[in-house]
Amino acid sequence: MNKLVVSLSPHAHGTDTVERNMYGVLIALLPALFVSLAYFGIGSAIVCLTSVAACIFLEWFINRYVLGNQHNTILDGSAALTGLLLGMNLPSNLPIWIILIGALFAIGVGKMTFGGLGNNIFNPALVGRCVLLVAFPAQMTSWPQPGHLFQYTDATTGATPLALMKQAIQSHDATILNQLPDAFSLLLGNHSLGGGAGTIGEICGLALLVGFAFMLWRRIITWHIPISIIATVFIFSGIIHLIDPVYADPTTVILSGGLLLGAIFMATDYVTSPMTPKGQLVYGISIGLLTIIIRNWGAYPEGMSFAILIMNAFTPLINNHFKPKRYGEEVKK
Amino acid sequence: MNIRTFRIGGIHPEENKLTHENATLVAPLPQQAIFPLSQHIGAPARPVVQKGDKVKVGTLLAEASSFVSAPIHSSVSGTVAKIDSAIDATGYRKPAIIIDVEGDEWEDSIDRTSTLETVSAHPELTPQEIVERIKLGGVTGMGGAGFPTYIKLCPPPTAKAECVIINAVECEPYITADYRLMMEKSDEILVGMELLMKAAKVSNGYIGIETNKPKAIELLTEKCAKMFQNTPYHVEVVPLKQRYPQGGEKQLVDAVIRRQVPAPPAIPVNVGAIVQNVGTAYAVYEAVMKRKPLFERYTTVTGKRLQSPANYLVRMGTPMQMLIDLCGGMPEGDNKLLAGGPMMGKALTSTEVPICKGTNAVTILSGDEARRMEPQPCIRCAKCVGVCPMGLEPYLLSKLSAFKQWEDAEHEDIVSCIECGSCQFTCPAHRPLLDHIRQGKQTVMGIIRNRNTKKQ
Amino acid sequence: MDFFLIAVIVLGSIGLVAAIVLYVCSKKFAVNEDPRIQQVNALLAGANCGGCGYAGCSGLAEALVKGADKGSIDGLNCPVGGADAMTRVADLLGMAIANGEPKIAVVRCSGSCDKRAKTAEYVGLRTCAAMNTCGAGETGCGYGCLGCGDCIDACPFDAIHMNPNTNLPEVDEQKCTACGSCVKACPRTIIELRKKGVKGRRVFVSCVNKDKGAIAMKSCKAACIGCGKCTKVCQFDAITLGNNVSYIDANKCRLCRKCVEACPTKAIHAVNFPERKTGAPLTVEQPDKTTLS
Repeated sequence: MNKLVVSLSPHAHGTDTVERNMYGVLIALLPALFVSLAYFGIGSAIVCLTSVAACIFLEWFINRYVLGNQHNTILDGSAALTGLLLGMNLPSNLPIWIILIGALFAIGVGKMTFGGLGNNIFNPALVGRCVLLVAFPAQMTSWPQPGHLFQYTDATTGATPLALMKQAIQSHDATILNQLPDAFSLLLGNHSLGGGAGTIGEICGLALLVGFAFMLWRRIITWHIPISIIATVFIFSGIIHLIDPVYADPTTVILSGGLLLGAIFMATDYVTSPMTPKGQLVYGISIGLLTIIIRNWGAYPEGMSFAILIMNAFTPLINNHFKPKRYGEEVKK
Repeated sequence: MNIRTFRIGGIHPEENKLTHENATLVAPLPQQAIFPLSQHIGAPARPVVQKGDKVKVGTLLAEASSFVSAPIHSSVSGTVAKIDSAIDATGYRKPAIIIDVEGDEWEDSIDRTSTLETVSAHPELTPQEIVERIKLGGVTGMGGAGFPTYIKLCPPPTAKAECVIINAVECEPYITADYRLMMEKSDEILVGMELLMKAAKVSNGYIGIETNKPKAIELLTEKCAKMFQNTPYHVEVVPLKQRYPQGGEKQLVDAVIRRQVPAPPAIPVNVGAIVQNVGTAYAVYEAVMKRKPLFERYTTVTGKRLQSPANYLVRMGTPMQMLIDLCGGMPEGDNKLLAGGPMMGKALTSTEVPICKGTNAVTILSGDEARRMEPQPCIRCAKCVGVCPMGLEPYLLSKLSAFKQWEDAEHEDIVSCIECGSCQFTCPAHRPLLDHIRQGKQTVMGIIRNRNTKKQ
Repeated sequence: MDFFLIAVIVLGSIGLVAAIVLYVCSKKFAVNEDPRIQQVNALLAGANCGGCGYAGCSGLAEALVKGADKGSIDGLNCPVGGADAMTRVADLLGMAIANGEPKIAVVRCSGSCDKRAKTAEYVGLRTCAAMNTCGAGETGCGYGCLGCGDCIDACPFDAIHMNPNTNLPEVDEQKCTACGSCVKACPRTIIELRKKGVKGRRVFVSCVNKDKGAIAMKSCKAACIGCGKCTKVCQFDAITLGNNVSYIDANKCRLCRKCVEACPTKAIHAVNFPERKTGAPLTVEQPDKTTLS
């Protein structure tokens, strides 16, 4: 007869695991990935595959040879997820060597230097993306046209809705905005504008929303962060649009650029977002405001990544100040 | 109909109520009965028998040794073999009275008839008399904690009792003892409830039952309506949403009367509620009406790999091994033996531990269920924060306790933790959150105690 | 040239203003501290281990100075600096100190893997505190060492290590400063600070099991069974028996080791004694080693 096993309570456990959550997000990204394959062809396949493979390899290498740990963590899905998210944030004509540099910064600097999974302050994929944006601005802002399925780095490029919006603001000309596709086309991504919607992940808002619904159903994320970001952006940009029509209308704003991708997949990263519903709403509202401010009055046409990174830095402060409602609190007063 | 529930947190573990429809069997007498002197919260009882004494069923073995204490009565007849130490549910050897069982002779004072005695038929039962009989009968909380019942019926002068809430929730997986008690002894339970309300001098009563026991809800609603029809008592059966830890007294009070008990040292009576387990209500009936002290109880013996899990009416002092053998013996392979359910039960190192006043179940988890998975780093998913029924932040409390930051832990309300285990159940990284938090809570409570005694 | 001059004047003025502000603040907000506290602090060991009972060396320094003003520094001791440091502090403050005996942490359990059978398997957080809350542990002895190393984690001097063969902690005689951290960390109070003894020799009962003899033996072959033979054999009244376990008072013990021979389970240990020529199997040890057998 075996010895009895003992431990402290509880002696039961739910079915949730880290892998279930990480791979769940990966599955949620698949619709957007497939749509972008349909639009951008082999370019997006190469970029995403390179990014995922590089991130997994780098995590394994750094863990084993730089940190000296014997067991590896690459199977928990977080490195693959960072890789796919980084890939989805890049244009589909980005050369491989640049992607590798991006992966190095994403995993090496953004994740492993802080101590690996659970310890990083900044979203690793965004760290990678922003480093690339600052170091390789030309390559990172050349957007391939959809439809050229077998072109990779040699794809023809064009303007994106965000570029047009920036132009309208800078030249104070609201008529430029007339060139913008309607909301429905923006949602589906099938518009005629030269540069598609932007990065691989941004192209089809509908696919991203399907992913959002999947993650809500699987209870991987809660509604607080994405809804607060989108609502804030809608209201804030709506007010600005009413004041001065040089600024685009709110529906276009939320459907353009990396807003949906950022709100649903990047800002909701477990490690770098606040731990309480109240804190998450504050976080989301701040990201929304910052995004619009950077988009309208900053130097870059896209403000989402920077807004998220800035708010990542505030997350510990938010965690300290926004505590959940304690049982019995209402009686204390 | 809006089903009530508690407002913060909660989880849905698998029910596994394997013995729901198993009618209760009467367990045979053991050969030797072991009575640990500490089966309740408070000071251990003081023995009043010696080696060689002859005892009958219901004989006083040990008396209450202080205000917060309870007497222990024999559940068997026989000879006192020794007053020695035995392993109890804490996992340690504690002083116990061990009796060699001979026959089944009961004390004459116990009324063994099955006629239902009603409160209206006994006007001599004043509130004081009821409390006195409960105290002499050694009735303690049967839900597991074991707080002496008579003390709960005498709230401190700063608190006024407004209602009695009967905890028939049984939210833990596997356990069905309370359900069977409700189905088989509903009349007695209601009389017991009336006794409790009379003793506490309240006229409002509630019985909280989870919706996974529809037959019990129906039965008790029907009987309540009949029994309390023309009385000054208002008794309501409250169906509650199936959620863990609905049976925790703080969560029960929140769900039933929509009031939240403030942080410790406040107790439910501070918001007017006296909470008693349904088993306790039955024990109160027996102690007051039948002069039968507490020496037997309904216990579920269950487990997925157990051959024939069942509910037993068991005499206290029966070693668990006997019950396990009745159910087909310990399964092969790895096993975890729990006194209680899988969420809050105590894992035991020995099958010779006896059934005590608070043992509502013997659960055997086998194979993979017996082991834990390797912990991974915290991914800060905040799921533990979402499920904590006390509105705490388990990831933070666990980290502070692990790094011995006692001041910060106290500031983050670690003493409010009810150790329900919802956080650890939910954590995707399988982190031992409650293991850490429990250490922190014990240390911080010690620090607070030292601080208070220094002040005086 | 103008530009240069302006820059110099502006920066110079800022610097001057800042210097004046700092000077005023340093005077106005100066904390008046007795200069002796700093001097005493400099003489102390500087480990900030808390072994003196104060939070950090400056806490002890303050207490010493206050004590000196009141007339006595009895009871204040830096175990790390030892008699050396305390003598110098006493000289500085113009006080006399009682010579404290050097102490060492002693682990009073010999229930190694070969003597104490494993009866259960513990899973979960592997700290002594957690295992202690869970129950008796992985063996039948509810008083013995749990082997998870809370004492080792607590030691600030790297003076206690786990022996992987016996699964018991061992104290390094050279490094231990008797600060008491391990004593506080052990949830079962198995570790005790005892007198180091002349030439490091000491005799102690290596068991704290309060169970009755038969039960104790069932759990561990090296347990104290409370038979009392040691109390009868001791001519100096140094051994007391209570709760089924013996205890040797280090102040009365004359290191004769009669109890060591008399103990039927070899639960009494004599440490740092030379090999006896008679060949009686005593538990002796070399001064350098760190083992308690």
